[in-house]
Amino acid sequence: MNNVALNPKPKLLTAKKFNKYKGLIYISPWLIGFLAFQLYPFVASFVYSFTNYNVLGATRFVGFDNYADLFSIDPDFIQSIKVSALYAVISVPSKLIFSLMVALLLNMKLKGINFFRTLYYLPSILGGSVAISALWKIMFMKEGTVNQILNIFGIGPLNWLGDPRLSLLTISLLQVWQFGSSMVLFLAALKQIPIELYEAAKVDGASKIRTFFSITLPMITPILFFNLIMQSINALQNFTSAFVVTNGGPLKSTYLIGLKLYIEAFTNFKMGYACAISWILFLIILVLTFVLFKSSSKWVYYEDGGKSNG
Amino acid sequence: MAEAKKRNASQAITFGILLIIGLFMIYPLIWMFCATFKPNAEIFGSANLLPSSYSFDAYLKGWKGIGQYTFATFFINTLWMVIPTVVFTVLSCSIVAYGFARFDFPLKNFLFALMISTLMLPNAVIIIPRYLLFNKIGWLDTYQPFTVPALFACYPFFIFMLVQFLRGIPRDLDEAAGIDGCGSTGIFFRILLPLMKPALFSAGLFQFMWTWNDFFNSLIYINSVKKYPLSLGLRISLDAASAVAWDQVMAMSLISIIPLIIIFFFSQRYFIEGIATSGIKG
Repeated sequence: MNNVALNPKPKLLTAKKFNKYKGLIYISPWLIGFLAFQLYPFVASFVYSFTNYNVLGATRFVGFDNYADLFSIDPDFIQSIKVSALYAVISVPSKLIFSLMVALLLNMKLKGINFFRTLYYLPSILGGSVAISALWKIMFMKEGTVNQILNIFGIGPLNWLGDPRLSLLTISLLQVWQFGSSMVLFLAALKQIPIELYEAAKVDGASKIRTFFSITLPMITPILFFNLIMQSINALQNFTSAFVVTNGGPLKSTYLIGLKLYIEAFTNFKMGYACAISWILFLIILVLTFVLFKSSSKWVYYEDGGKSNG
Repeated sequence: MAEAKKRNASQAITFGILLIIGLFMIYPLIWMFCATFKPNAEIFGSANLLPSSYSFDAYLKGWKGIGQYTFATFFINTLWMVIPTVVFTVLSCSIVAYGFARFDFPLKNFLFALMISTLMLPNAVIIIPRYLLFNKIGWLDTYQPFTVPALFACYPFFIFMLVQFLRGIPRDLDEAAGIDGCGSTGIFFRILLPLMKPALFSAGLFQFMWTWNDFFNSLIYINSVKKYPLSLGLRISLDAASAVAWDQVMAMSLISIIPLIIIFFFSQRYFIEGIATSGIKG
């Protein structure tokens, strides 16, 4: 303490001034990275979306042509939006319900919980890889092992990859299989529910189902909300499974927006057009997030009374 | 007594359900392992898990890869891509997290909010101009599109995770070190960084996994087979196989994920704690 007091005054002032900006120096790598690799591309893709930017010809502004074309003369685009929406609607709720159910089971004080938690988490580590997409493709082929097993129970054979009514379900299953991280989040949230609440419910003679809907579910809504947003954003951007397992087919039934974007930008080199697609995807995500946030005041429960101040 | 019995019974049932779900979840991986020893014909058309006879052919043939490049090349390439990316990410994100967690500076709250909001920024919307930018500065067909953004802390998820962790370390420690004459850089490297080890490890593991599995970025940035990481090598053999050598595809797929499986089993605690802290406190 004495050392500080003994310092001559002017030096202390400059040091103070410098200290004020010290934090900025530490965050400067991020600031540069943000400007160069996030903000610039973000603005540029918006600008490009109004041009006919491609690798060959000269670039010029085309106004809203790209957007108009997407919605009027490109039936694949509307299809890709439908497919992505359906994919999210199938995979996200199934994944959340399944991971919550498993988390509830894991939350019972059993021996060997850590073993199961590890086991269930493993698919999340591997699921995004090309290796697993290849595995999925092989397992779900017409003569593949899934049909062989179903055959024992007298079902099928189902044309998992070739039937447009099943193909999207097949790649959704791959998504649900990676339920580990949402399960871990649910489990952590379940562990934070005060035990007194359950004891009180027991005293009141509430049934298990009633307890779940009146105590457990409300208490974990913040995590449910977080999972819902993150998983939806991820689902809407999926690419690898559709590209490797089905390549968008059959009959464009698994033609996700991510795939459409890839094809326009990196196969057809229509960069401006692809940027317009990316901006529509961005707006869809933005609106979805906004709607979820708006609705959250109605169903997400915050212990600190966050309900009243939004 | 009766209640204890009932409790035991219900525990046994729960345990049974968990075991069945576990088997169901892990079955594809077990099947994959067994399939690598099967001849091509047996991968299809049989519900049996175990191969009728064991053969290492698929590994030997699959390893040969494409043309002059074997899977050894793809493995080495993947390491060249993944390791610098992981090291740079952990280093840069921890420094930035230190800045946000321990200092006051103009616009701090605004910048922090901006950083958090980029968590929600879909990658799809920035990928094309990024590609064009990297193309212009000649980074295509190099690993710089992976390593340089890592050096500049372009991973808000990890910054956020490390900020949360730093907030949990009492400031008294920094202050004590400051009184002892430690500058802010010294405080960071000598006091905080060692304490942050578990969080750094979590961040590193996630980045390792994501970069190892990455497909989309490799697909657009890397175009010569010589530089292919595993994901692209696999995809090529998948295309080339076209209903011929599925056993080889499975063998190479399995080999490509074994490092992830090993790392996961040795460090699963860090994965799971990493998710729990960054998700919950948000």
